[in-house]
Parts: sequence; structure tokens; C-alpha cells
Amino acid sequence: QLGRRLSCPPVSAALKQGQITPTELYQKCLSLIKKTKFLNAYITVSEDVALKQAEDSEKRYKKGHSLGDLDGIPIAVKDNFSTSGIETTCASNMLKGYVPPYNATVVQKLLDQGAILMGKTNLDEFAMGSGSTDGVFGPVKNPWSYSKQYREKRKQKPHGEKEDSNWLITGGSSGGSAAAVAAFTCFAALGSDTGGSTRNPAAHCGVVGFKPSYGLVSRHGLIPLVNSMDVPGILTRCVDDAALVLGVLAGHDPKDSTTVQDPVKPFTLPTLTDVSKLCIGIPKVTLPFYYFTEMLSTQFPNLQNGDNNSHRCDIDVSTEAMYAATRREGFNDVVRGRILSGNFFLLKENYENYFIKAQKVRRLIANDFVNVFNSGVDVLLTPTTLSDAVPYLEFIKEDNRTRSAQDDIFTQAVNMAGLPAVSVPVALSNQGLPIGLQFIGRAFRDQQLLTIAKWFEKQVQFPVIQLQELMDDCSSVFEIEKLGSVSLKQ
Amino acid sequence: MAAPMLRWCCLGRRWVLACIDGGSRHGRGAAIGFTSSRKRGQSSVAQQPLITAQKSRKGEHKWAAVVGLEIHAQISSNSKLFSGSQVHFAAPPNSLVSFFDASLPGTLPVLNRRCVEAAVMTGLALSCRINKKSLFDRKHYFYADLPAGYQITQQRLPIAVNGSLAYSVCAGKKPSQVITKTVRIKQIQLEQDSGKSLHDELRSQTLIDLNRAGVGLLEVVLEPDMSCGEEAATAVRELQLILQALGTSQANMAEGQLRVDANISVHHPGEPLGVRTEVKNLNSARFLAKAIDSEIERQIHELENGREILNETRSFDYKLGCTMPMRDKEGKQDYRFMPEPNLPPLLLYDTASLPPGADPQQVINIDWIRERLPELPSETREKLVQQYGMLPEHSFALLNEVGLLEFFQNVIKETRAEPKKVTSWVLNIFLGFLKQQNLAVNESPVTPTALAELLSLLDRKAISSSAAKQVFEELWRSKGKTPSQIVSEKRLELMQDEEALERVCHAVMEGHPQVVMDVKRGNSRAINKLIGLVRKATLSRADPTVIKEILEKKLSS
Repeated sequence: QLGRRLSCPPVSAALKQGQITPTELYQKCLSLIKKTKFLNAYITVSEDVALKQAEDSEKRYKKGHSLGDLDGIPIAVKDNFSTSGIETTCASNMLKGYVPPYNATVVQKLLDQGAILMGKTNLDEFAMGSGSTDGVFGPVKNPWSYSKQYREKRKQKPHGEKEDSNWLITGGSSGGSAAAVAAFTCFAALGSDTGGSTRNPAAHCGVVGFKPSYGLVSRHGLIPLVNSMDVPGILTRCVDDAALVLGVLAGHDPKDSTTVQDPVKPFTLPTLTDVSKLCIGIPKVTLPFYYFTEMLSTQFPNLQNGDNNSHRCDIDVSTEAMYAATRREGFNDVVRGRILSGNFFLLKENYENYFIKAQKVRRLIANDFVNVFNSGVDVLLTPTTLSDAVPYLEFIKEDNRTRSAQDDIFTQAVNMAGLPAVSVPVALSNQGLPIGLQFIGRAFRDQQLLTIAKWFEKQVQFPVIQLQELMDDCSSVFEIEKLGSVSLKQ
Repeated sequence: MAAPMLRWCCLGRRWVLACIDGGSRHGRGAAIGFTSSRKRGQSSVAQQPLITAQKSRKGEHKWAAVVGLEIHAQISSNSKLFSGSQVHFAAPPNSLVSFFDASLPGTLPVLNRRCVEAAVMTGLALSCRINKKSLFDRKHYFYADLPAGYQITQQRLPIAVNGSLAYSVCAGKKPSQVITKTVRIKQIQLEQDSGKSLHDELRSQTLIDLNRAGVGLLEVVLEPDMSCGEEAATAVRELQLILQALGTSQANMAEGQLRVDANISVHHPGEPLGVRTEVKNLNSARFLAKAIDSEIERQIHELENGREILNETRSFDYKLGCTMPMRDKEGKQDYRFMPEPNLPPLLLYDTASLPPGADPQQVINIDWIRERLPELPSETREKLVQQYGMLPEHSFALLNEVGLLEFFQNVIKETRAEPKKVTSWVLNIFLGFLKQQNLAVNESPVTPTALAELLSLLDRKAISSSAAKQVFEELWRSKGKTPSQIVSEKRLELMQDEEALERVCHAVMEGHPQVVMDVKRGNSRAINKLIGLVRKATLSRADPTVIKEILEKKLSS
């Protein structure tokens, strides 16, 4: 079965040739979303809006006016991107009921290309976490928990626990997006990546997780975690698809002053044949991890002013009391803890000792990368995570902070330096679970990085997840599996 | 002379100006005299007025006050500092609010070019060093009208630093003794305005209007180089004129476009500066000087009575006429500053550093802005003094009233009357009428053209100056009539018929032989009585100098 996915006819070609229509594709994805509801990958399924989008796309195809390779392609978006008219919660009580009046730039760009927005995916509250277990809508379950590959390995081992309670985490915080792509409910999903939140769940779910260079893709409409490290991430089933989506998203946004000014054009990745001159560096020591205090600045919205339905408590003794109670009720312990620590680090008497020091460490990390790349290294290669996905029950034994520190160990430094990095699934572990490798590139050499990742992907021929056992109706999974990726293949 | 100049001393209060001491012993506040055509301007190195409390023993308890200011000026721009929403005063509540202004999650700031240009212009006009690289910071505090929970400002590296502001005050008793003082400007920073909270006590709720949220502000920080309320008020007034001349702010205090916080302390000369208080929200030109002086007075009173001054934030209660401590919450707090991560450093260029091929829309050239700076009030006054031989204090008076200078210039364009005459009429009679009826220049019933015509009639000696005043009153009352019409209607023109005048003179001399005798006996003053009698007989329509000539001729014959 190896390599079946990459030899599949790409779905955009199938759409163009009329082998499948956008509404059929939408129906298939929607039925898969419903069948995999127990994965908890989606917070909101925007069934009706998506149907309308699919019908519009279908009309375009009939007239021969397709908007491009993404026209009619079902996608999903992490629920910390603002979506006009669709609830955006950040998996927090604070934003439950908040319906933004505008689209994030990245969402708008995808819609402008005719993509079908199937829904909003689950995450850790305000993207603070590495398991997708700490949101108010409950944890996301890793589709590989139900794969033939994993179950067969497990049968060989004696275990006392119940089958049901032993499901695996997806990693996080973009676990919903990773699970949505892995379970074939969409072809691409947006995640966000502040310390590894796209790459980590990608590695655990056996999909490609790409974090672009900071400043290449607009953050406008991404509800911030750490403004200076947040980057919209791309989760797909192959590197070519990530490149395709990047081509649509990349470039200057007048609404985000931190985006690059230079124009970026859509591109297709060349196929590398000669890699003899490629220099791949492998760090000997683990990259230092340092917690950064900027999260305080997250625009935790007050939102008391509008007529939206976001959270507000009933206390009306004073504005301050109302704020305090609203925040206590609205944020979970992790979010509150980070807000408080951020405030603590920024106090006048602590600023030098914590904030300035953290910034210095950050600069040193960035300099380390510059030196490595100046020494002739084209890309760096590391594991994406310390291990394959662990069962939920094991994962929750440690607290969020410890887990985040451990799980981000290979991924965090890249965010501090603003570099592009991609996690590519490489093989199955001896437990039958995906393992990801991370390639780190030079700043704004995202295309070069993806070109190398594509070459690597072709070499490793990562197996397709086998979910047939899980589904009652295997046919739909099988069909969509055949349309594994969006991109045109050579 | 109704020149509305501010006086720099603070007489008539409980504490008085004791002396003007030589030498700037605290290294602050260098005063510079007028440098040109200032025959009457007093060049002085005099510094701080020292203040003696009334009850203290002589020479022992002199107090010096130190005043620094933080001035917030709303930038005059079409849109806000970081968003595209419009800026208007008194628009319906929450009608000018973008998603960013309301802090909807995920929105980001985008710097308004116009606001940066306004800051550069203001910095240049105040002789600041413009920083080619400046940074934005977040200042965190919780208030309902600040939806993001922080204000974007420039704490670490502001756009302009190290400038100065010269202002002039009257010294001594004569209003003509003008001296110029200088206050150093520490920095000018760009920052966001907050929204407005409206407290409904009745229903115990707070309503928020975000129209003002995110409007661009220039915070101008003046070093503590001032020593009393009047000085501070004069400095603020001069800054206001400069901002208005530049067009960078409308600087209307009544509309909240110019707001002032004052840092105030008192100490004995030669000793370290005292503990300072901050008096916030001095948002009325009328109360600015009063609030500062009352706080100085309070601090002296406290210290005289052996109490301490607390480093606190106070507000001025204009009803009680004194400052009151503000609630602690609004006072001191740790703002937890941090660099604003969503805005890259603000880079400015000059012609030398301009990157080749740079898009002019994307870069700001300081030199280009400098070349296009409009005339500043000090230059305008200088010109008035030189061009029209005007007294410095008159040039101040002309600029102090909105539209008065323009009115003056329009009058002078249309009349050949002497500039001195025009100045005197505009400042005394015209301005006097305006003040009396509490009108602005643009509300005046008398147009510059009408006044010019009137002054021309006077200049041609077609009417006497007392008749001219009568005509002016008539012009003020009855809109639409020209001075000539009024003159002919009221028969106010001077008698041009010399024979007729001679006949009147003759009749008067006949009628008053005693006065004629007095003159002939050498009482030179007696002729004035005759002149008066002739004028009366002609209903003031005769030129006194001509009358005098005729009388003298007749008396000597």
C-alpha cells in the first residue's frame, strides 16, 4: 500500500475534468465529518455556508471559469482565525458566541480562490497547549488511534485497559486541523504556529505541517497568542499541497504591518533530482527552549462594548469587578496563569530580569541560526517531536506547562528566529504511529525548504492511514482517499 | 490699550512675587530677550520669581515653584492613528469605530502616514531632533474606554526629542516690557487617544463612546522650566498657536483637542527640588493658570505648616478653585510597558539617507517636510514688527485672537491709512467691541473692507477721529451700510469750506471777548477753549488743526 496516496489523481484535476463536482466533493467531506464526529476535530461545521460555496463553485466549473486549483476544494480553519458570520471561539468560554464581522486575511484569500470552508477546528484554549486537550469543547482524538496500522500493533501486546479509553492525542494546539486533514474530512487546513502548534500535531497525525517565515503570511484576523511569534500554519496531506496553499496566502497585507513588502507570486515546486550538493545540518544539542513573556499582550478581548454574545458575567458592582469575574469565568487555568505571569514579568522591577533577558536569549538563538546557515548549511533537520502520539490518559498526567515545554523542544526555537519549518511524515513507529521529521530553512527561503521537503517526501513514501475498519461505510473513505491531494502531479 | 497679554507675575494672591533673582541657580529656564527691534524689550537673565509666604519672616522662607507640562494634542487628520475610521468632533456616539478601534480579536494596527508627518512637522517647528528610527510600545491599563487593555505609545524611543519652545511674557508694570522665555521640550511622542466613558449616575451604569478611541495624539513633554501658572498658560498658548499655524492640531481646548497635565513642586532656592504632584486634565484655558497657582499655593501652605507633600495625582475642582487628590485607582500604577510587536520600527529619512528608488508613498523625507513648513507665529510677529513698525506686544495681540491677524491684513491691504493707525483701530476699537459682545472675529458685523474705507476717510481728513468712532458704532449696528453712506447720512464730513469756517470763528470770538482777551494776555491754553467752542458750533465737523490756524491768524491780526 505504500505510496498509494501520491500516485492518486489529484482532486483539482478531477474537478476540472468533471469526474467529480464541487457539491459531490462537499457531500463526501461532510459525511466524513459526521462519521468522524467522535474525533472532536471540529468545533463548528459550517454546513450551510459551505454548501452555498460549493454550489457557486460548481456554477463556475460549468461555465469553465474556475478560479484556480483551490476552487471547490474543501478546507478547514482553526477556530482562532476570524471568520465572518461564523462563530470563532478559540475554544474558550470567553469567546463562545462571538461571531466576527470580518474574515482573517488568510481565510479571505482562500475563499477568494473558491475554497469551500467546511468548518472551524478544535484547539487548546487560545492555542495555549501542545495536546489539543485543553479547550472548552474537549480534547481532539487522533485518527491514528483507530487506524488498522495501530490496532494491529496493539493486538500483539497484552493490555488491560479498555479499547475506548486508550485513544491517542493529536498533539497541538492545531490538533483539530491536523485530525481533520488526516481523517480526509478536508484537503487542507489552516493552523497557527507559535511554538510548534502546526508541526507538532502534523507529526502526530501523519500529515505535512508547514510554518512559513514570520512576515510572509498575514496575521490579520488570527487571534494572537504571541504576536511576534505567531504564524498561520498550513496542514495538508502532501508537500505540494502546502506549497499550493502557501502560494495563495503569501505576500504583503496592508492590514498587517509586519508582512513583507516584496510581492510574492504563486509557484509550483520543482522536483529535485540532484541532491548531491545539498547540505543538511543536524543539530547536536537540542535547541534551547525559553519561555517568552509576550503572551500577556494577547488582545484578550473585553468585548463588553458590542452587542455580540461573547462571555460577560452578571456582576455589575463596578467595571473592575465585572472584568475580574468575566475573566475568571471566561479563561481556563492555563490562560489565566499565562496572563498573570506575563503581567508579573512586565512589572517595572522584573522587566530587566525577565523580559529583557528573554529577548537577549531570543536574539542569541536567532544569531545561532544565522551562523549555521552562513556556514553553508541549506536546511537543518531535526525530529519534530520527542515521541509518537501518546494516549490521552498518559498525556494528562503532566501539567500543561511541563508538556508544552517538552513537546515544543524541537519546534519553539524556529518561532523565536522567525524561520520557515516543515514537518514531513517519515515512517510509522514500532507502535504503528506516524513520526515526523522537521526541516528548518533560511528566512524567506520557504520555497527552497518545501522543494527539499518534497524530495524527502518522495524518498520516504509514508503510508496512507487505513481507517476502513473504523467506518461503517468504507466506500466514501475509499473514494476520497483516492483523491488524496489537491495538487497536480507530474 | 487692551492688549490681552499674559502677565508673568502672580500678584494679588496670598503669596506674592518677591523678587526677580539674577542667575539661573537651578540651571533651568534660560530667558532670552527680544533680539531685534526690541528697544523696549527687556533682555533679562532673570529667572524664577521667588515666592514668599506672607506670614514668614523676611528673607527666610522664599519659595520657588517648578512646573513641567505634559500636553496632549489631537492630531488633525482625516483618519485615526492606526485605523481607517474617520475623525470628527461631536459625531453620533460609536459611529466612527473600526474593528481595530473596538479591539475585535485579531485586528492589527496600521500606522497613518499623515499622523507621522504631523509629528515630524511639529518636532521641526519646536526645534527638536527628529529620530530617524522610533519605536512603539504598549502601555497597559484597564479602563472601560480602552478596549484593548493597552494604549500604543512611544515610551522608549519617541519620534522627536530635545526641542524648545519660546514664549513671551510681560515683565514689570508696563505691558511693553516683553521678555521671551524658553522651555525645553523633552520629547514628542505619537500615541492613541482613548474612548470616552459617560457615567450615568442615576442608573449607575457607564456608557462607552469609542469615536475618540485611536485618534492620533501628539504628547509634548515640557521640561519643568516654568515657575507659575501664567508662565505655563502662556507656553501652552504659544504651543497652541504653533500647532494651529502648522495645521497639525486644531488645538481647541474646549473640544478636548488640547489637554494638559502639570507636574508641580515647590522648594527653597538652592535646595533640591521638592516632591511633585501631578495635576491632571487641565482642559480649560481659563483654569490652567489658576489650577497650577492654587496647587503651588497649597504646597507652600502644607510645607509652611510642617506637613509633607505626597507624590500623588490630583485634579482641579474649578467650582472650589483648588486641587483635590484623585482616587488611587486613577493615580499611580505600573503600566507594564512592552515593545509593540505588531508595528515595525518607524523609519524616517532625509534627502541624504533616502534609499535610491524608494517609493515616495512609502517613505517620509524629513528635509522635504522642513522645506514646506509654514510660517510660525514667532516669524509672523517678527515680520509684523519689521514691516509695520509695530510694537512687539501688538504683534502678540494680533496673533492671540483667532482670525484677527487676517482681519488686520485685509484692512491694511485696502487702505492707505498708516499701519500704526490700523493697528490701533483693530486692537483697541474693533477688538474692544468684539470683547464687549463676546464675539469671535468671524462673527464681526464690520467687514475689513468697511473698516478700511473708514480709515481711509479718516486718513484723507474727510472726517474727524471722533466722527470716525461714531461711524464705526453705526457700522456695528447697521449691517450693509458703507462708511461713506453713514458719513453723508449723518452729515459727519469735515467742513471743507474755509470761508464758512472763518465766519464761525469770527462769530465765536465775537461772542466770547473775555476768552479772546485771555489769549491776547498770553494765556496759551485759552485758545483751546476757543477751538472747543468752534468745534461745538460746527457740530464737530471741523478739523481742529484748521480751526487753530484760523483762530491764531485772527488773534494775531
